[in-house]
Amino acid sequence: MKRILKIKLKKGILAKPISPGRELHPGVEAMGAELREKIKERFGRSFHIREVDTGSCGACESEIISATNPIYDIQRFGIDFVASPRHADALLVTGPVSRNMAVALRKTYEAMPEPKFVITLGDCAKDGGAFKDSYYTAGGVKEILPVDYHIPGCPPSPETIIKALLAFLSK
Amino acid sequence: MERKNEIYYEVEPGRFTEECIGLHKRLESPVMAYFAEDLRKESGKFRIYCVFLDRKAGRWEVASTNIPGNDPKMPSLAQEMYSASLFEREMAEMFGICFEGSPDSRRLALHDEAWPEGLYPLRKDFAPPAPAQKAPGERSEYRFKKVEGEGIFEVPVGPVHAGIIGPGHFRFSAAGEPIINLETRLGFTHRGVEKMLEGMDAREAVSLTEKIAGDSAFAYSSAFCAAIGKICGARVPGRAKVVRAIFLELERMYNHANDIGGIATDVGFSFPNALASVVKEGLLALNGKLTGSRYLKGVNRIGGVAADIPEEGRVLLLESIGLAQKDISEIREILHSSISFMDRVDNTGILKKKTAADLGITGLAARASGMRSDLRAVFDGDIYNACGFRPAMEEDGDVLARLDVRFSEFDASCALIRKFAAMLGSLSEPPGTETEWEPKEGFSIGCVEAWRGPLLFWIRTRRDGRIERCKIVDPSFRNWQGLCFAVLGNIIPDFPLCNKSFDLSYPGNDL
Repeated sequence: MKRILKIKLKKGILAKPISPGRELHPGVEAMGAELREKIKERFGRSFHIREVDTGSCGACESEIISATNPIYDIQRFGIDFVASPRHADALLVTGPVSRNMAVALRKTYEAMPEPKFVITLGDCAKDGGAFKDSYYTAGGVKEILPVDYHIPGCPPSPETIIKALLAFLSK
Repeated sequence: MERKNEIYYEVEPGRFTEECIGLHKRLESPVMAYFAEDLRKESGKFRIYCVFLDRKAGRWEVASTNIPGNDPKMPSLAQEMYSASLFEREMAEMFGICFEGSPDSRRLALHDEAWPEGLYPLRKDFAPPAPAQKAPGERSEYRFKKVEGEGIFEVPVGPVHAGIIGPGHFRFSAAGEPIINLETRLGFTHRGVEKMLEGMDAREAVSLTEKIAGDSAFAYSSAFCAAIGKICGARVPGRAKVVRAIFLELERMYNHANDIGGIATDVGFSFPNALASVVKEGLLALNGKLTGSRYLKGVNRIGGVAADIPEEGRVLLLESIGLAQKDISEIREILHSSISFMDRVDNTGILKKKTAADLGITGLAARASGMRSDLRAVFDGDIYNACGFRPAMEEDGDVLARLDVRFSEFDASCALIRKFAAMLGSLSEPPGTETEWEPKEGFSIGCVEAWRGPLLFWIRTRRDGRIERCKIVDPSFRNWQGLCFAVLGNIIPDFPLCNKSFDLSYPGNDL
């Protein structure tokens, strides 16, 4: 316990420059503040997202998780990733939609309460990306669900994700 | 026929089983790859290859045979070598080859609910239905193994899980608390990668291989480039080899940091995870600074690498891994001195050495169960041998063993990177270290020890350098079965912990 406390005090709050390669882009704080305002205005206090992987390579998931690490700490702006679609305001979908995932994706969407939004993340989710011509993909999420917003990238960085969510909420 | 690091034995169909079992016993190797090729247009036959690893001699031994194209069937190898089972199921669904006496003939990636029987994607005459359009034909339902008896209940989980993670279905049968049977059903991220690679230009295909499994993007492109390079005789400059090795270790390090944190999270210990995720972020940011891509995409070329590590990059690299190593050793101290943490991981999710060997478990999970297998130590002439590399190993096969292998490997990677960085000073080939090469017809194996284990590509190219057939074997493919055995007798709440200690790939398995 003492050790943990010591490291905690030594490191301090990480969402600020601490060492080479770990600096946060200066724009993130400003974007975050704006994001928090928008969420307050449009969703009361917080914006809950349910993530679904429909056949992504995992890099998009890794970057979404990175956005929640102590350096970006996206939760402090009022965004949270929830375990159930029943708690979600928006569905964040990655991957080109493998035929095996089409039903699960639709069911997850149907389980969400209204009003609901669908955001796609990563080049695959847009139109199938590199897997567009495969015999086993649906060619993007738009073939299955109505999509409200798209976050491009392969994968989009945590900064891009924060920026894009701000743009979506400002729409 | 002998070629560098690869020996091919051409045998009669009747002698194939005997030959494979002979190799399996003599080399003490599980089936490393076992796949088919559709040569019906050329010879009216399907060609079958079964690959084994000779660890001592540092080479691949491959038995191959031809079976008739009009009625493709052959005896199943899985009765004698269980590690062949999944490969046979894969060949059956992709090529329509019937394995007589197979212990399990259910489909893997092509789900019964989404894809009709009798439509075999890897056959050359396969005509794909349009995307999003339903493939015509009868659909059926998957047959799960049923465990019945008084008080036994089933817990189905997935494909959509609670966390931010890939899709897969797990079905537990439990009596009271302990798990009696776990069945995994995967294939949810199947995208038809092997078929997509067919007909692609090798140069253009490199970027597709980086999108197969994102957390191993660099390992994938490295193994792919190695196979094509071997076919075409592309000489990789010394400096490019060292740069590749550095990036491969960086990929291993960020993933190990991620899993170390993940294992702590799965017992509800959040602080080490917060610290580990800072380490991971630092390493991803380092990748980004060195190459322009946090996941090392766009770096590999068939004849070398596109991103060099110049002097200032070398300084940043050494400084960053120093910080990462310090943080990880602090996490190790915290975890090892926490009684409640150790109580959860010690003796949990044991994969016995014998079971691991029978299933053909490879890589990190095998090393945690007392098998010293690591491709980095196998292939001669590799720069790892020059650094006196020895694979990490633990005996117990439990969650703690898999965690400790990660800690050891993290340290080993740091030490290797320091040695590699020192080598860079003496290798002054021009930056953009990439040689020219000409496309050639041929076939070969390319491999690397990715962070989960050995990753294999077997590729045949056409004369114009386009890919005719590409078989990929991800370490997760067989290791998922290891997880199913490791959880037996454990309670369901320990499943996430066991699962994280393996941390297997969905997209690498499903392809």
